[in-house]
Amino acid sequence: MFTGKPSVFLLMVNGQIESADFPEFDELYCKYSYVYGHDWAPTTGLEEGISQITSKNRDCNQHFVWNFPMEITFKSTNPFGWPQIVVSVYGADLFGNDVVRGYGGVHVPTTPGRHKRTIPMFVPESSSKLQKFTSWLMGRRPEFTDPKVVAQGEGREVTRVLSQGYVTISFNIVTKDLKKLGYDSIPTNSHNPVLSDV
Amino acid sequence: MASMDNLREKIKSKRKALQASLAVSSEVTDTRGLVVEEIENGTRLENATIVEEIQNEDEQVENLKRTMKAQRQRRKKMLIDDVGLHPEGSIQEMNVITHRQRTLPSLPETTPRTSFAEYSMREKMREKLKAARSKAQSAIRQEEASAPARRLTRFKDQESVTRFDTEVDDDEMRRPRGDESPFPSSRVRFREIANKAKREAQDELPSAETTYNFFTFNFDPEPEETEAETIKEKQPETLPKIDQEEEEEEEHDEDGEESAVTKEVEEEEEEEDRPLVKDNGEDEDDYLFIIGQTARDFLVVKAPDYESYHSQRQKDRKFLFTPSILTVSTSEKVPENMQPRFLEDEGIYVGERPKVSKSNQNILENRLLKNEEGKKWFGSDGRIIALANPIKRTQTRPSMFSLHEKVDPAIETLYKKAEKSMYDNRYIAGSAELQGHFQLDIDVAGIAFTHHPMFSREHVLASKLSQLYDQYLFRQQKNLANLYSDKLCALRNAVKNITDDRHVKSSVAQRRLMEYKSEIRTIRRMCHMEQEKDWTLLKSLAKVWKDIKSLREFQKFTNTPIKLHLRRQEINRKADEISYECEIQTEVAELLEDYQEEYKNKMEEYKIKYEEWKAWRKAKKAKKKKNKSADEQQVDDAEESSIVEEFPKPDPPEQVDVLLIEQQVRATAARIRRKPGEPVLAPELSMTATVTPTSQCPRGEQLRRQDVQRSTLHTKVIFNNKEVSRTSSRTLASDFKVHFGQIFNVQIVNWPESIKIQIFETVGISTTKVEVFVPIPETSVLTGSVPIEEIEFSSDHRVMFDHEGVGSGVPFSFEADGSNKLTLLTSGKLACCVSWAVSEDGVPLVPPIFEQNIGIQSALKHMDAILSIGASGLTDTKKLAKWAAESRLDPNDPSNTALMQLIMSTTGEAQEKDFFRLEQLQEEFNFVSEDDFNKSKRFRLLQLRNEEVAEFHNYKQVPILDREISEKIFQEYEKKHREKDVVDMTSHLDPHRALVARFLQKVRDSVVSRFLLAKHHHVLSDMVVEEAVPSISMLGISLFKLTEPRRPLRPQRKERKKVTAQNLSDGDINLLVNIIRAYDIPIRKPIGSKLPLTSRSARSINETFSTSQMPQSPTQSHEWFTNQTSVRPFVEVSFQRTIRQTATAEGPNPNWNEELELPFRAPNGNYSTANLQSVTDEVFINVFDEVIYDVLEDDRERGSGVHTRIERHWLGAVQIPFSTIYSQSRLDGTFRINTPPVLLGYSKERNLSSERGWEAVRSLSEGSYLSLFITIEPHLVPGESANEKFETQEDEKLLQRAEKFQKEVKQKFPNRRCVTLATDLTGKLVFVTRFINPLFPPQELLDAFPNDLEATTELVARYVSLMPFLPDSISFAGICDLWCTSDQFLNLLAGDEEEHAVLLCNYFLAMGKKAWLMIGTAIPEGPTAYVLTYEQKQYVIWNSTTGQYYGQFDAFCPLQSVSCLVSADNVWFNMQKYDTVTRIHFDTSKSNFWKPFFSRSFPFPGLSSVQPEELVYRRTDKAAAVELQDKIEKILKEKIMEWRPRHPTRWNRYCTSTLRQFLPKLELSNGAEVGIDHCAELQSLLGDYRISGFPINLSFSELRPIVEAVHSTGVHNTVIPHVEFALAVYVHPYPNNVLSVWIYVASLVRNR
Repeated sequence: MFTGKPSVFLLMVNGQIESADFPEFDELYCKYSYVYGHDWAPTTGLEEGISQITSKNRDCNQHFVWNFPMEITFKSTNPFGWPQIVVSVYGADLFGNDVVRGYGGVHVPTTPGRHKRTIPMFVPESSSKLQKFTSWLMGRRPEFTDPKVVAQGEGREVTRVLSQGYVTISFNIVTKDLKKLGYDSIPTNSHNPVLSDV
Repeated sequence: MASMDNLREKIKSKRKALQASLAVSSEVTDTRGLVVEEIENGTRLENATIVEEIQNEDEQVENLKRTMKAQRQRRKKMLIDDVGLHPEGSIQEMNVITHRQRTLPSLPETTPRTSFAEYSMREKMREKLKAARSKAQSAIRQEEASAPARRLTRFKDQESVTRFDTEVDDDEMRRPRGDESPFPSSRVRFREIANKAKREAQDELPSAETTYNFFTFNFDPEPEETEAETIKEKQPETLPKIDQEEEEEEEHDEDGEESAVTKEVEEEEEEEDRPLVKDNGEDEDDYLFIIGQTARDFLVVKAPDYESYHSQRQKDRKFLFTPSILTVSTSEKVPENMQPRFLEDEGIYVGERPKVSKSNQNILENRLLKNEEGKKWFGSDGRIIALANPIKRTQTRPSMFSLHEKVDPAIETLYKKAEKSMYDNRYIAGSAELQGHFQLDIDVAGIAFTHHPMFSREHVLASKLSQLYDQYLFRQQKNLANLYSDKLCALRNAVKNITDDRHVKSSVAQRRLMEYKSEIRTIRRMCHMEQEKDWTLLKSLAKVWKDIKSLREFQKFTNTPIKLHLRRQEINRKADEISYECEIQTEVAELLEDYQEEYKNKMEEYKIKYEEWKAWRKAKKAKKKKNKSADEQQVDDAEESSIVEEFPKPDPPEQVDVLLIEQQVRATAARIRRKPGEPVLAPELSMTATVTPTSQCPRGEQLRRQDVQRSTLHTKVIFNNKEVSRTSSRTLASDFKVHFGQIFNVQIVNWPESIKIQIFETVGISTTKVEVFVPIPETSVLTGSVPIEEIEFSSDHRVMFDHEGVGSGVPFSFEADGSNKLTLLTSGKLACCVSWAVSEDGVPLVPPIFEQNIGIQSALKHMDAILSIGASGLTDTKKLAKWAAESRLDPNDPSNTALMQLIMSTTGEAQEKDFFRLEQLQEEFNFVSEDDFNKSKRFRLLQLRNEEVAEFHNYKQVPILDREISEKIFQEYEKKHREKDVVDMTSHLDPHRALVARFLQKVRDSVVSRFLLAKHHHVLSDMVVEEAVPSISMLGISLFKLTEPRRPLRPQRKERKKVTAQNLSDGDINLLVNIIRAYDIPIRKPIGSKLPLTSRSARSINETFSTSQMPQSPTQSHEWFTNQTSVRPFVEVSFQRTIRQTATAEGPNPNWNEELELPFRAPNGNYSTANLQSVTDEVFINVFDEVIYDVLEDDRERGSGVHTRIERHWLGAVQIPFSTIYSQSRLDGTFRINTPPVLLGYSKERNLSSERGWEAVRSLSEGSYLSLFITIEPHLVPGESANEKFETQEDEKLLQRAEKFQKEVKQKFPNRRCVTLATDLTGKLVFVTRFINPLFPPQELLDAFPNDLEATTELVARYVSLMPFLPDSISFAGICDLWCTSDQFLNLLAGDEEEHAVLLCNYFLAMGKKAWLMIGTAIPEGPTAYVLTYEQKQYVIWNSTTGQYYGQFDAFCPLQSVSCLVSADNVWFNMQKYDTVTRIHFDTSKSNFWKPFFSRSFPFPGLSSVQPEELVYRRTDKAAAVELQDKIEKILKEKIMEWRPRHPTRWNRYCTSTLRQFLPKLELSNGAEVGIDHCAELQSLLGDYRISGFPINLSFSELRPIVEAVHSTGVHNTVIPHVEFALAVYVHPYPNNVLSVWIYVASLVRNR
């Protein structure tokens, strides 16, 4: 390693999509992907993944547990466009069609340490009652053209969405050279990495 | 239920069989019980079968266990099922509940412990037992009576309150109830079974049936039942146990675990079970029953916990606090030992408190007091601190009166005419009344730098010199020294006069003399000073000039034109010396006089002092004597003496030495004046020195000069902190002066507060800013009467260079050793002036009130309250303040605030302004200063990327450090920026083209920027994928689809799903090219046979040049062709440097039917619609002939080996721009292959034998054709053209009519394009007919064939087709279709189909033809415009972009459909059923075929044309064309060599020169007949060579397409050794810079 000033900083994300709470559905699986700015590039790890199908927990709180691990390292030169994870949950409907059960996204935490995030999930609504019915009938619910739109603000004003449930993700964040490059993401009052649950 | 019934039936039958087989021993009740139990628990059928098989006892036990377990499990399931059943049948449920409630009181668990404790255990038990017994009895009775009935009710789906249900409920409750309420029936049953078991145990021979009975009976026997059985006998024993159990349960209650965790219950149950086991320990069978526990064993059902209200209250009391509503005594609220103080009574203003109810206030007070620091909430009067009631008594808003009664006055609308409110109180009052505005003229003349970072050392000196010179001139002008010396003379004369008049010795004269003398003294001093200054100035001028000279010598170049001459002015030495001496003498005399006078004064002083001293000494001596006499007094006197002793002895003043004075005077004179007799030096500064040219300077200096040239300056005029205008940017001259000379007339409505001129200097990318404040002129300062002022400015900006520039704020030195460092800051002078303008009639445009002090004005503005007091009070604010102080105004009283504010403001305290700024904290949020921001390359890059500048759009990973960003990144961008104004000659060859390109770029930029905004506008379909609502027809179709065969015999193309382009990435998109077949490919010349001469086409209007039919050359060697086929064509498609090719087919009409897939990559990986539309790549489809040569050296080897060389010969090409494919999504049709007019070695052969119908039709048209199908996979949605409402100057009626017309026809024929309004180059809508106007083509063309109209027509068409083609979709990114007028088109020399067609149509009209503009769709280009002419009773269709024309019934006419015809006075829309050309009637007079836009109902209003009267053509410079020709040839040759990096490229000069001679002929004849002669000639000349080559004809727009075209032919690809090349270029000039370029490329191989 050269000793000079680094030219990139690294952000290592590992964690897992732990569980979800979708009260009305069963047999769900999820996909995740990252949305990041121009100055970011993944160096190692998987940029997207698709989980196994999980059934509802039989106990009273009826969680879906995926425990789906994810691991990725980004390098970047600019905190603008900090990565966001976009999770979309799918499941079969009454007729066995694969339909989307929720989209959601959250920024990868900026501070090193362990974090837990609960993402509210939502799906786009049909534009009319009739369409709602036909989409239900045909098993073709409205979907986003790209799940990544949930990480962006542009064009969202034309959509209407319905909230569906929650997905809980735990992150373990490690950063490198962030401070060396002048970005101080750790609050000064804490000496050791924070272990905060949010 | 049905299955249940079946099951039951089965069981029944089985049981009956069993019963039958059994002896009478089994009792009926048993069976019945069994049945009941079975019904309750579901089927036991398997059990029965299993049990029947059991033979020995061990197995029995095992099975017993198993069955028990199974039973329990089943029961568990049952329980769950039961629970699941509950939500159904709510009525029954209700009844059940009531039933349960009845039994509730008897359950001890349900009562809370507190109440339960009151009961005596024993009593309760007894009661329960009693109840149980009676219940059991009744149950038995009931069972006996109604066993069948019960069964019935159960089967009847719970129609009424079924007993089954209740039983189930009881079942559930039974378990927790435990022994208290045993189920009698089961108990009885159990007892019987137990007896039986005992009996059987005695027999020791249990039959299968008995075991069966035993087991099936016992699924229900809870151990408790045994207990219950024994309970009567063992009551005392069981009681404590029950107690224990209950206690345990209560423990659970306390823990609050109502939903008992199974585990715990299990433990509990175990505990419960243990004694039972003990009880029945002797019986092994019984013991087995408790193996494994069922869910029912673990479930605890009990009533919810209840805590009494009382206890809850008590508990709450611990945590909750309820403030009382009682009044708190004042003493509690006031700090201890304090009396409440009532401010109001003391006369201090206390506002009125808001009303709060007493009780609420008390509660609040109590609550506050409960807090530790509660007292701080209370004021000194013991009441809660409260602000005054904000509610005003009086209405501040004017009350509203409604005119209309029923309308709420608050929402009533009032009509008021819109007013321009230009001025509010921030503006100049009263200016609205005045007609004119007020105007400031700001004249920014220029800037001259006195120091600039890019100064070289010489510049520094030069500026110093010029400054000194300026100073010198200034002083010279003032000439103070002379003035003073003159004055001195005068004064001396006056003194002399006075002294001469000795007789007048009046005191007045004396005094005047004194005055004069003192004046002389001061004047002399000043004179000396001035003289010294002048002298030093002169000296320093000389020194600096010397420095410059030495510097110039040292650095060996001259940078500044500055030059100083010192002009000597010889003077009379004698006279000068005399005057000098005389002056010195007078001065000496004066000084002497002064000194003497001084001496005299001093002497007198001395004398006085001396006298004093003498006296003092005397006294001292006397004292001494005294002291000696009286020692005692010594001490006292010591003090006195010590004081007196300090009196010094005065020194006598020195006599002035005349010589000394003279010496002094002389020294001064020498210092400050020139020596006598020396010539007077007059410096003269000129700018005549020659500056060394840059090329001769060292590198550092060159760099500096370059930098200077790069830097530009502009200034912004900022009025009241708002930029009002800016000067154009000027480059910095080498003398660091910039002249702007711009006058800005600023019409103002605001009070002038500040005028600031910001000077921006831009060097490359960095910009520095300097601000100069210009004073606001007095009202008397009017334009025209003010001289330009020079305002100095400077900046402490630190600049450093690595070249000769000295920088700013950086120390530098003139010395070689670096000593004597100098630090200069950028400074300069801004020449500008600001004045009030004078209107035309001589009235100064000065605001009237401006004469007053602005300060008062602003104060007035800010304090409205004061205005109410009155102007008189205002005039003397001090008085007011005094009054306020005297009257002791309460400063807290809000009604006095205005007054207090005023007082505060007048007493000097700064007053906050009332207004706010939106971004007042912007400064704080700037994380970096503006300078740093502008300097940083990183920020610049980020900013550019954010602005989506094309070069930086999607730029990945902007480096984090500035140093990692190379300057190169910006270079291109900067270059582009710079080139906006600089015409680049080198790359465009032709300056005119460059200008056009620039203009187009500008138009494009403005359109694109407009489009960028629209791009961020999304619709739902962009974001959400949603199935469309199926309509009835769709449903019908989908139903119909069900019946249709899976694989239909005639499959139809399915509409593909469209993909929005935005979420695609590289590799997602493919271009599919399906090459189907080709027709009439030129064939190789057959061996040894002469070709039949061209069969002239049977076209009516003319005879076109037929494709070259070359005679067979005699020298042609026939060994070439090893194969017999005439041609072996294959197709190669190249797109974005990807090349795919088909297999080789044979013959002139090959059939490939192959699909080629070419990947598509969008530039920058940006797949947005806008970007895709602007893709300029083209798909090249080249047809080649694969020629196989036998290279076998020895014929004998032919049998053993194959040695062939494959050569490809280019036959022709089809070019399709990607934009066409993108906008049409698919192209399907037969395209004409662009074959060169001459193809050496090939000929077009008509297959005469197959002169059938189809062939006959085809033979009408020449050329080869290729059937293609091209599409993009996935289907991209072509960009919607932005439907903007452009402004227009058309009549409103016409617009409405156009809209209506379009709507009407759109309804009938949605696919036909109706063009009525077109957008012109300025973005305005223009009616299309205005574009059609007869215009004459260049006279040259008309004169070319004076007698042949057809030839002329063709020539004109060719001329038009030679105009470079530039599709709008490329230049304007699919936003809109812009139409140029013909003169604009000729000027721009770039346009698409519409422009070409309009021009051609106009020419035709001018030539007296009947011509229309035809709007339709054609094969390669999609929506297009053609020209239709009517000639010799035939309609002819002209493709204006190629110059081709077709008859109406030409099968190969590329025009596919016609939708509109446009003439100069009308627009017709095609109303016919068909729109294909061949099926159309072109008779526009029939309104049922052609719907006219202007009809009788809406006649043609006589729209004037937008076209010019006449086109002016410039003659093309022939010399320029030749020059261009040479240039192209040179470049192409270089390119060909470049493309052949691994092979030597030889040029055959002889062939080249021959080819060059042919090209002009080709142009003249359009490549027709000449070909034949040409080939013959060529072959004769180059007999030894095998030539393959062809001429290409192009219209000239840029060099790049020419190079591309040559490259695409692949002539250079030959790898044959010893190949030679020939290349000739000919540029034929047509009027108005239209150039036709002919390129002849050929490769030659010497025949062996």
